[in-house]
Amino acid sequence: MTVTALPSEEIRRITGDEKHAPSSYSTLDVLWVLYDRVLRIDPRRPDEPDRDRFLLSKGHGPAAYYAVLAAKGFFPADWLDDMGGWDSPLGNHPDRLRVPGVEIGTGSLGHGLGLGVGVALGLRAQGLLEPRVFVLLGDAELDEGSNHEAIAYAAATRLPLTAIVIDNQSATHGWPGGISARFPGWITSVIDGRDHDMIEHALTRRHHDRPNLVVATVEPKRG
Amino acid sequence: MMRETFVETTTALLDEDPRTALVLADISADAFEPARRRHPDRVLNVGIREQLMTGVAGGLALTGLRPYVHSYAPFVIDRAYEQIKLDLGHQDAGAVLVSIGASYDGSAEGYTHQSPGDVELLDTLGGWTVHVPGHRDEVAALLRDAARHDDRVYIRLALQENSRAYPDSGRLRVIRRGGPLVVAVGPMLDPVLEATRDLEVTVAYTNTPRPLDAEGLRALAEGEVVMVEPYLSGTSARQVAEALGGRPHRVLHLGVGRDEVRRYGSWQDHARAHGLDAAGLRAPIKEFLW
Repeated sequence: MTVTALPSEEIRRITGDEKHAPSSYSTLDVLWVLYDRVLRIDPRRPDEPDRDRFLLSKGHGPAAYYAVLAAKGFFPADWLDDMGGWDSPLGNHPDRLRVPGVEIGTGSLGHGLGLGVGVALGLRAQGLLEPRVFVLLGDAELDEGSNHEAIAYAAATRLPLTAIVIDNQSATHGWPGGISARFPGWITSVIDGRDHDMIEHALTRRHHDRPNLVVATVEPKRG
Repeated sequence: MMRETFVETTTALLDEDPRTALVLADISADAFEPARRRHPDRVLNVGIREQLMTGVAGGLALTGLRPYVHSYAPFVIDRAYEQIKLDLGHQDAGAVLVSIGASYDGSAEGYTHQSPGDVELLDTLGGWTVHVPGHRDEVAALLRDAARHDDRVYIRLALQENSRAYPDSGRLRVIRRGGPLVVAVGPMLDPVLEATRDLEVTVAYTNTPRPLDAEGLRALAEGEVVMVEPYLSGTSARQVAEALGGRPHRVLHLGVGRDEVRRYGSWQDHARAHGLDAAGLRAPIKEFLW
């Protein structure tokens, strides 16, 4: 297992999201590998039309997301010191109008995948075939039925977007048969969500005519 | 009919403007099949998935396209309300929602296919323009105007139509000048004109109740105002109160009742049941004004 340097200074600084701390920590390694090795986004020009898109559907616990964005230069690291404060642009759920690099504002679960399908279709309709679209969800978030409208449609239309599900076994009733079984028609892989090389390999692999699911397994949520 | 005008105009917009996209959830998919064949990347039928329909529209808008979204009113608005709130409003993404069915066009289908509360639901959100055309010849201009910007627009099509069109009716337009003001929204104009044909009232018409023409209302209202709307009665109470705040006034709101009418029949039957035909309107208007 390979763990490259995480943005430790940024993680140390960020406070104020204790409620969602386990949720936030679960995403950290995937987010870091995405922004460090996979996504083609220039932090100085986060609105370039041909950039890759990363959509955090699981808006709960964005501390890790903010830490990674700050480490990559999307906004100053001192923003992290007052997360959730009145004067802070960083809420406990991210707002795309307030945070550079945040593609969608989320918090209510089950919205990112539908939006991601729309973004992928919009890029394709405009001939932008290079940019990739990634959507990150939580395993408990899959309980929301709206996800399954998007999962079925993306499979039926062979839409090449990538969904990442962080599996820390937090879904109340679990997913008998495994999460991959809920994504029929998708190319799926299940990886160690703490192994950076494995994450990079799974996310770099590109399928042009099928949606791609990466289930990143991390230690079970406690409490 | 308004629906055919919608199909023709939106099909033309798809041909003319590469920014135009259309997202469907099976409803009217057959009518748009020729357009889909020409523009398969911009005419998207997601199946019977209204939450996805709205989310996809939000995503399309985030890439710079101008999505039109269409289904029956209860499925466009009621069912996908949170997607409208978050996937469009919270993202500051624009879309043009175009409904058919309106309050009780789906009379024989029953309450599952009716949405008298659609405009009131949108009133809980900010930034929506609402058009309620009263005639098919008002529809094309509204659709084309919506293509020229990126705001959030709802266009509510209905079976019920007035006998003539007033295409330029974004603000209150005086149809008949007399005494106290009666405002008719969309297809309520003809029943209002008939109900008040021998009464000394000013009848004003608009096909754009949101934003409500507050300036026009202040200019035309003398003390009494009757609002006649083809959706839930009282939907415009807040807007009228704000427009006339600070001056003495009385308002009568007429519209669709809040109790479910558990009958089928035609839209005319339901208009009568809700007191929105000419005879049903005349009695409360006379009682209120005289």
